[in-house]
Amino acid sequence: MGSNPLQLLIAIQKAFNHVPDDAICRVASALGLPISRILGDVEFYSFLSREPLGTYSVLMSDSITDWMLGSRELFLRLCGNLGVSPGVTRCDGLATVGKTSCTGMCDQGPALLVNGIAVANLTDERIDAISRLMEKQIPPVAWPDEYFRVESNIRRRGWLFQDWQGPILEGEVLLQEMTDAGLRGRGGAGFPTAKKWASCRDAPGSERYVVCNADEGEPGTFKDRVLLQHCAGRLFEGMALCARTVGAKRGFLYVRGEYRYLEAHLEAQLAARRDADFEIELHWGAGAYICGEESALLESIEGKRGIPRVRPPFPVTFGLHGMPTVVDNVETFCAAAAIAAGGGSEFRSLGTAGSCGTKLLSVSGDCARPGIYEYSFGVSVSQILEDCGAGNVLAVQVGGAAGSCLDASEFGRKICFEDLPTSGSVMVFDRTRDMREAALNFSRFFAHESCGFCTPCRVGTGILAQAMERISEGRGTEEDITEIGDLGGILKASHCGLGQSANRAVRDMLRKFPEHFEGGVN
Amino acid sequence: MKTVSLDGAVVPFAEGQTVMECALAANISIPHLCFLPGFLPHGSCRLCTVKIDGRLASACTQPAMAGQHVEIDTEELRQVRLSLLRMLFVEGNHYCPACEKSGSCRLQKAAYDEGMLDLHYRPWYPKRKMDASHPDVLIDRDRCIFCELCVKASRDVDGKNIFGISGRGIDTHLVVNSKSGLLADTDISAQDRAVEVCPVGAILVKGRGFEIPIGKRLYD
Repeated sequence: MGSNPLQLLIAIQKAFNHVPDDAICRVASALGLPISRILGDVEFYSFLSREPLGTYSVLMSDSITDWMLGSRELFLRLCGNLGVSPGVTRCDGLATVGKTSCTGMCDQGPALLVNGIAVANLTDERIDAISRLMEKQIPPVAWPDEYFRVESNIRRRGWLFQDWQGPILEGEVLLQEMTDAGLRGRGGAGFPTAKKWASCRDAPGSERYVVCNADEGEPGTFKDRVLLQHCAGRLFEGMALCARTVGAKRGFLYVRGEYRYLEAHLEAQLAARRDADFEIELHWGAGAYICGEESALLESIEGKRGIPRVRPPFPVTFGLHGMPTVVDNVETFCAAAAIAAGGGSEFRSLGTAGSCGTKLLSVSGDCARPGIYEYSFGVSVSQILEDCGAGNVLAVQVGGAAGSCLDASEFGRKICFEDLPTSGSVMVFDRTRDMREAALNFSRFFAHESCGFCTPCRVGTGILAQAMERISEGRGTEEDITEIGDLGGILKASHCGLGQSANRAVRDMLRKFPEHFEGGVN
Repeated sequence: MKTVSLDGAVVPFAEGQTVMECALAANISIPHLCFLPGFLPHGSCRLCTVKIDGRLASACTQPAMAGQHVEIDTEELRQVRLSLLRMLFVEGNHYCPACEKSGSCRLQKAAYDEGMLDLHYRPWYPKRKMDASHPDVLIDRDRCIFCELCVKASRDVDGKNIFGISGRGIDTHLVVNSKSGLLADTDISAQDRAVEVCPVGAILVKGRGFEIPIGKRLYD
């Protein structure tokens, strides 16, 4: 925790169920920072609150896949059981029940967070049992273990899950091997990893940092959760290899707050490392999707609001504390470590010409076997649907809320940088679904997660969500439909990718499934 | 000498200059709000959105690069600017006739320049807290456009560091650096650059009431 403002505030929130104004002033004065900066943090991150929350703070995961599994009904049931209104702390201070964006449990939803810890596989019975435990004031640590069990659901293992044990390549040899293997960033953008590492190594700076982005907040994505659980050692090895290559002494693993249940596991794995030359610190997020954007993530590690920076300069030259920094995704570091241990030539042989190797896909929604699937790049959507046991499929959302919505005519398309680049979220909708619901869910998501820095995103996501609210309630107009399409051109003027892609899925759904929206328009 | 093309005009630039800076030097106008010479570019209002080699970018933050083809005055970009202005108007409460800043307001001027005749979007009518605690300076947060010029001016020019931005998304708001959060508990003065630099009527000097006659105001 040390002197990092965000980590201090998370600890204060945990201890007092809120961050009192007095604490804001004290943290500011202790760290020699302006009060406005600390206040800015508290009012930016969803998991921090200035108002006291209940002894039990419950946040229901509000992803579209949770909705499809009945989360909205369970939410009302929980509120009813406890006699609370959404977001309002019960007058005896027992509980606060609210909603949060996707918690990364889409393969075993509906899910919620109780005092920051995930409870998945919710049913009416489980909600009732949890309500009783809260009324009896039994602390979550004394709740049945099974409530907190998180399955990994690895359905298809490939190259990444193999136990590569070859002699470890390092430095220039490793960079060459990664280049030859064709390793590109697994977060979706696909920047050549060796090039990134070399740029960081060659950039001037008195210090260098290695940062792993485990802030996967894209709705429907949960591969980092599984990699952190099963491959943390490999991940830390990848970060250490990067550190030795670029000359970094310190690294950070930025984990989304929703995965707090992994803390003990990760701390133990870190403690087991023996590397005096490279220290890795855990940095917890606190409920902000935007912090998955690499420059916002760096701001967050610096203890600021997660506002994406003006780029250029890019993190490789001007990163954490203004020093050259490599920011890579969990899967990328794991792949780099596997390539270093002899996996390079096989990696090269897999995938397509422009997308070598494999990709972990997080599959959820209407299918018999949701979970993690590792495929060689180039796999078709229809293959994925067959393997996960999805029938009668209407639509597939690839890439999360910021991704593309495909109809049945497009299921021949392929997962790869040349066709459908994605961080790995695949959400399946069968023919019983109303795509208007998905459009509403995504538009609300962006309005909630916009950082508020730039005009088009701050206001545009709100206008989009309002239009979708009206359409969902059956009081939309043709104007709303036109507006949603027109907003795309303006959102493209946004400061970062969040705003730029905020209406993509909704626009796709309107175009491909117009009949789903007709009932909402008068 | 390296050059960029701005709407077809070939314009030289110095290393390190942004597209906005080289346009200003060449007397080519790119509409802007949060950008002000002398302050670090911010890139939040996006009014200076231009198309650089086919991609939208804010001219104030984009470094000029040799051979760049920059479009400024196109129908598509006029529509983007118009929409951005409308968005700024509907998210706040901008009632020009009743605002002290009217006639000297950069948001209002930009709207006139771009030919904005209606709000188009439904207004949001925010109710953000007003701060009238200080004897000489007032904050009307419903007019703030989050350009952060006051934040920078107070910190870097006045040396007082009185302002900050807090919140997220549509709840973004201007905050004051004092224990109470009130302007009265700061050492702000009506002569501060932070007060003068506000492009809209969010930070106003008290004790004045439309003292400049219509026709003589900054942008009349």
